[in-house]
Amino acid sequence: MTTYADARPGPGAGATAGPDASGHFGRFGGRFMPEALIGPLDELEQAWRSAMADETFRAQLDQMLREYAGVPSLLYDATRLSQAAGARILLKREDLNHTGAHKVRNVLGQALLTKRMGKNRVIAETGAGQHGVATATACAYLDLDCVVYMGEVDIERQSLNVARMRVLGAQVVPVSTGSRTLKDAINEALRDWVTSVDDTHYLLGTAAGAHPFPAMVRDFTRGIGDEAREQVLALTGALPDAVCACVGGGSNAIGIFAAFVPDPSVQLYGFEAGGDGVETGRHAATITGGDVGVLHGARSFLLQDADGQTVESHSISAGLDYPGVGPEHSWLAETGRATYRPVTDAEAMKAFALLSRTEGIIPAIESAHAISGALDVAAELGPDAVIVVNLSGRGDKDMHTAAEYFDLAEAGPELGPGEARQVADERAGDLHFDETPGETDPLP
Amino acid sequence: MSVRATLAGTRADGRAALVGYLPAGFPTVEGSIAVLAAMVAAGVDVVEVGLPYSDPVMDGPTIQRATETALAGGTRTADTLRVVEAVAATGVPALVMTYWNPVERYGVDRFARDLSAAGGAGLITPDLIPDEAGDWMAAADRHDLDRVFLVAPSSTQERIAMTVAACRGFVYATAVMGVTGAREATSTDAPVLVARTRAATGTAGLPVGVGLGVTNGAQAAEVAAFADAVIVGSAFVAPLLERRGDQAAGIAAVTRLTRDLAAGVRGAGSAGR
Repeated sequence: MTTYADARPGPGAGATAGPDASGHFGRFGGRFMPEALIGPLDELEQAWRSAMADETFRAQLDQMLREYAGVPSLLYDATRLSQAAGARILLKREDLNHTGAHKVRNVLGQALLTKRMGKNRVIAETGAGQHGVATATACAYLDLDCVVYMGEVDIERQSLNVARMRVLGAQVVPVSTGSRTLKDAINEALRDWVTSVDDTHYLLGTAAGAHPFPAMVRDFTRGIGDEAREQVLALTGALPDAVCACVGGGSNAIGIFAAFVPDPSVQLYGFEAGGDGVETGRHAATITGGDVGVLHGARSFLLQDADGQTVESHSISAGLDYPGVGPEHSWLAETGRATYRPVTDAEAMKAFALLSRTEGIIPAIESAHAISGALDVAAELGPDAVIVVNLSGRGDKDMHTAAEYFDLAEAGPELGPGEARQVADERAGDLHFDETPGETDPLP
Repeated sequence: MSVRATLAGTRADGRAALVGYLPAGFPTVEGSIAVLAAMVAAGVDVVEVGLPYSDPVMDGPTIQRATETALAGGTRTADTLRVVEAVAATGVPALVMTYWNPVERYGVDRFARDLSAAGGAGLITPDLIPDEAGDWMAAADRHDLDRVFLVAPSSTQERIAMTVAACRGFVYATAVMGVTGAREATSTDAPVLVARTRAATGTAGLPVGVGLGVTNGAQAAEVAAFADAVIVGSAFVAPLLERRGDQAAGIAAVTRLTRDLAAGVRGAGSAGR
């Protein structure tokens, strides 16, 4: 079998892994797109490669990230969480970036590239609204017209983010076809793009889709891992034992993995949304519970039925609720370089509560999947292990879901502080929040 | 029956061929067979049987609604092959128009074999470019099937030449940068694209079909003046959507439209229904 390292280009060019010249990661990736979009994809690839080779462009992007977005993000030594986990856990604080997630890196990169290509209009898809808000933000900042496609079902579920996009000046277009969710919003954005490509860039929100999107989005987000690798070396003097991230389409995960892929001693873990449990069929664990096929322009793992029709995914986390996954993750999984596991809604919500109570950090429910998975990895690797977890986003956007899940919203006004906490504890399960340092295993 | 033979015949007659599309399973599997039979009886030369797919990125709202109906009605890949078999029995060539994943899921060679066994002529693949089509090219050779790839106004001359070389039957020129759907006026891009494509095919070479937007006989006549085949899809679907639940009325409307379009590809035809 071809190994992941075999597919890597030679040294130089930032030593990023793959894809090959035709946009494939092994048998994954490629371009399964209408011919009408092949020319525009070629043009985009050329523009992106030339931009990345241009020091002025890179300097401008770095400055925007530093001065506007708050990058580099902290690597935080989470001692109380580490005590609960039984290994040393370092959190890459992407939740502290402007707009509250890693996504700002990708949208600023692509929006600046849009300007460089001489285009003045940006279209994007959004599920929960996070990528839509990030795109609307970048477009406001860089004075670009912005149109966001969003499924009608999602618009109903995420009215606050719809308002945020509109405040930022974006036009939100409801999508009423298919399942009226994220995958249909992508379809509609592609339909717009094929008619508008002369003046419009499609700012795809994750490291999926047709080449060059998976590689381009990875390279715009790979700062997460580049920074974390330097930070962990500075903090501990060594590489970590494991790096953990949640995986929906996979942009935050590939962004932190990229820097560590060449380090064979570092284990890479991607945590997919297990929903009600992979065995129930109600999940979004594409690699764990899906098959290889073609969706939205690339060959990768996806959730499909016996006829190759896309199956709807399910997750408590809107940002992971997508029936596909970026092709590089499929390649990392198939070559064994990274390990992908499902985390159920219940496990993620338990980790959501744990991080909130131990560190005073409310994570995005997406990122809570990574925290939950990291707890298992910690148990497997033991107390000497150092584990970097990508805390890809903050949880403000999820408070409605969390309040509902923990029965806080309705019961809230009638309960005293202690009682509310008791209800939450019951839902969160056996977390032992009251343990004082010393009752658990001391840190190494 | 192959598309090659049919298009050689229409070319010998000095006219363009009329290619008509309908999704299998719309309004029902039996209904689609009946409508296609009426289209053939009224003058469609080549049939495109659409394989309904959950994520049709090349299709506008009309065809999306039809394929959603077909999927909601439980249409399976095997049903599409059944419709192909029924169309082939009428004596005109039947191509399957399909997004790629259902074929890959069915098994590329297995699909080619079963399509051939059903009397199908080949595939039109809107989201499969020759660069990614190694398995399908080989399977089409093994089972002697036509393979129709697309060229677009945004295609470079190099890509047009490469695509034409990979096609068999005809090459599908997408007249506009856009999705399927009826348009008021025919595209000014279309003659330019056809001329660029003919530069790659040679004048007596691979036929060029033009699709996206043709609605009536007058438009068909316009396109027939410079193309070898006029491809019509949404215009057949729209009157059926308007007359859902009344199959006889739907078939009557489709028959009227087909006659108008068939006159169009022969150089006549009206400007509307």
